[in-house]
Amino acid sequence: MTSLRTRLFVILVAATGLIWLCAVAWIYLQTKNEVEHVLDTRLQEAARMVSSLVSGSGGVGSNSAQSNSAALPEMASYERQLSCQVWSIDGRLVARSSGAPDEKLSPDSEGFSERTINGETWRVFAVEDATKGTRVMVGDRLGLREHLITDLVLGLLAPTLLIIPLLGLLIWTSLGRGLRPLQAVADELQQRDADDMRAINAAHAPKEIHPVVDAINKLFIKVDTARRHEREVSAFAAHELRTPLAGLKTQAQIALSAADNATKEGALRQILVSVDRTSRLVRQLLAITKLDAGSETEHRDNLIVGQLIGEIADLLKPEGGSISVEIDPKLHHLSLRTNRDILTLAIRNLHENALQHTPEGGTVSWRVTPDGGGIEVQDEGPGIADAELPLVLQRFFRGQHKSASGTGLGLTIVDAAVKQVGGTLTLTNRPDRSGLRAAIIFPSAE
Amino acid sequence: MRILIVEDDPVLSNGLKVGLGLSGATVDTVATCADAYAALATSTFDAVVLDLMLPDGSGLDVLAGIRKTGNKTPILLLTALDEVSDRIKGLDTGADDYLGKPFDLDELAARVRAVARRQTGRAAPCLAHNGIVLDPATLTATANDVPLNLSRREFAILSALMEHPEMVRSKDDLESRLYGWQEEVESNAVEVHIHNLRHKIGRDMIETVRGHGYRMKAADQ
Repeated sequence: MTSLRTRLFVILVAATGLIWLCAVAWIYLQTKNEVEHVLDTRLQEAARMVSSLVSGSGGVGSNSAQSNSAALPEMASYERQLSCQVWSIDGRLVARSSGAPDEKLSPDSEGFSERTINGETWRVFAVEDATKGTRVMVGDRLGLREHLITDLVLGLLAPTLLIIPLLGLLIWTSLGRGLRPLQAVADELQQRDADDMRAINAAHAPKEIHPVVDAINKLFIKVDTARRHEREVSAFAAHELRTPLAGLKTQAQIALSAADNATKEGALRQILVSVDRTSRLVRQLLAITKLDAGSETEHRDNLIVGQLIGEIADLLKPEGGSISVEIDPKLHHLSLRTNRDILTLAIRNLHENALQHTPEGGTVSWRVTPDGGGIEVQDEGPGIADAELPLVLQRFFRGQHKSASGTGLGLTIVDAAVKQVGGTLTLTNRPDRSGLRAAIIFPSAE
Repeated sequence: MRILIVEDDPVLSNGLKVGLGLSGATVDTVATCADAYAALATSTFDAVVLDLMLPDGSGLDVLAGIRKTGNKTPILLLTALDEVSDRIKGLDTGADDYLGKPFDLDELAARVRAVARRQTGRAAPCLAHNGIVLDPATLTATANDVPLNLSRREFAILSALMEHPEMVRSKDDLESRLYGWQEEVESNAVEVHIHNLRHKIGRDMIETVRGHGYRMKAADQ
C-alpha cells in the first residue's frame, strides 16, 4: 500500500472494529448469563409461591383447567411470559394458567428441566408437595428468553452502528492532520530548484521523521560535495585544455608576425613542445575515460612483470639517454595473471612520472617490494611535499614541483588503474634521499 | 613599458614574453604566486598579466594580496574560466581587465597598453609633446609629421620621458624600463640611447638635469 494515510486508516478501523466485535460478543454472553439467572430465580420463586397457595388435594377449582384449556401461546410479547400448571401426584391436571399448554411441562421430577412442546422449548421449575398431593410446574419459553437477550444487545448496538462511520471520519481527518508535517517537508522539497542543496529544517518536523530528514540532509551534503568536486574538475580541465591552446595561438601569431627568422623558429619550436604536451594530455584523458568506463577488466593475461616494465622503459627511453633506468632481475621471476592493458597503463604512467622528475644523470629504478607482494619504482626527483601527498591523486592536481610536461593526470590514472586490477598504490618520499617511491601492491594470489 | 607575466605554462609564458616584446614591451615572467609577490615587491611594472590558476595558489589571492598593500599597478587577468560570475569576481577583487584563454595576442597587447595608459592618467592612445607624436600601438613616431626611425629601446625611453614630460626620470628608472631581469645591462646604455634620440629628434628636445636624470624640454608656448 503506497499511501501511509490509507494504510493507517485501514489498520485503525480494522483494529477498532475487532475490539467492538469482541466487546459485543462479551456483552452478549454476559447479558445472556445474567438474564437466565434472573429468569431462573423468578421461575423458582413463582413455583414456590403457587405451591404455597394451592390448597390440599388440588382444591384450586378443577374447572379452571377446562376454562383455560383453549388459551393460545403468545409469542413476540413479554406479556404472559410465565405458564403455570398444577398437577396432582396421581397425574391429573388440577389447574393451569392462561396460555399454558395442556401437556405436562416437565417429567415427574423436582427442580429445573427443559422440554419441547409443540415445537417450543420450555424451561420449567417443578415443586412437589407430598402433604398436599400436588406438583406445581412453572415454565417459560426459551425463545422468549432469546428474544429478550437479542433485544437488549441490539439496543446497545444501535448507537454503535451510527458511531462507526463517525469514528471512521474522525480517524481519517486526524490522520490527515497528524501527517501534515510530513506533507510540509514533501511540499518544501517539491518546490526546490534542482541546485538548492540547503538542509531541510528539521526543527518543525516531528521527531519520528527526523531520521528521514537527517538522512536526506546527509544525502544533500554528499551530492553537494560531489557537484562541487565535479565543478572543480571541470574548471581544472578547462584550464588545462585552454592554457596550451592559448600558448599555441600566441606562438603561432608570433611565428606569423615576427620579422626575424630566429624568433619565428623559436615560436615554431614552442608550438612543437606544446603539441606534444597536449597530445599527451588527450591520451591521458582518453585513458581516464576508459578506466572510468571499466569495460576491460574481465580479460586477463599471464604476464611476466619484469618483461612488461622492460618493454615500457624501451618505448619511453629518454632522449639522449642521460637518465638511466634500472630493472631488478627479480622482476623477471614475478608473474601475474591480470589485465595487460590496465597494468601497462599504470606502469607507463609511473615510469613517465619518474622520468619527468629525475634530473639529468639520475636513475629510475624498478624492483620487487621488500615483502615480495608488489613492485615499486624510485626516482631521484624532489619527491612530493607531505602536505601535497593526499592531493596528488586528484585529477589535474599539479604540485609545486611539477614538471613542464606534466598534466596532473598521471598519478590519477595510475591510482584508478591499480584499483581496477584489485591492487593498491602507495606513494612515499624516499627516506634515503630526495625522490618519490611509488609502490603497487598486487592482490594476494587467487 | 615594463610588464610582469605571471603564468605557469612554459609555452604560453614564453609566447607572452616574446609576443609582448615584439610590441615594444620589456617583459619579466614568473610562474608562481610566491615569485609574483617577490617581483611586485622589488620592481615597478607598468602592467601585470596574471593567470588565475597557479601551482601554489589562486591568482585571485595574489590580486587581493597586492591590492591590500596599496599597489596600484594595472592588472589584467588571464583565465580559462569564462563564466560571467568569475569575471565579476576578478574585476571586483581589483583587476583592471580580463581576458579568457585562448586569446588573440594583438588584443592582449592592446588591452595591456590600455590599462597601462589609464594608469598614467591618459585617455588618448598617442603620446604628444612639442610636435613629437608616439603611437605605442604601432611603435611609430613622428616629429612635426615627419616619420622618425626609432629602435625599440629608443622608443621605450622616449615614451617613458613623454608620459610625464615635466618629470625628471633617473637613469636607473629608464634602465628598468629597458631591461628585464635576465638581460645584461650595458653600463652606458641609457646615455647611448639618449644621445641617439637627440640626434634624431633635435638636441634640445631632451634636457639633462645634472645628478638626477633626464626630462623633456618644456612645451613651446
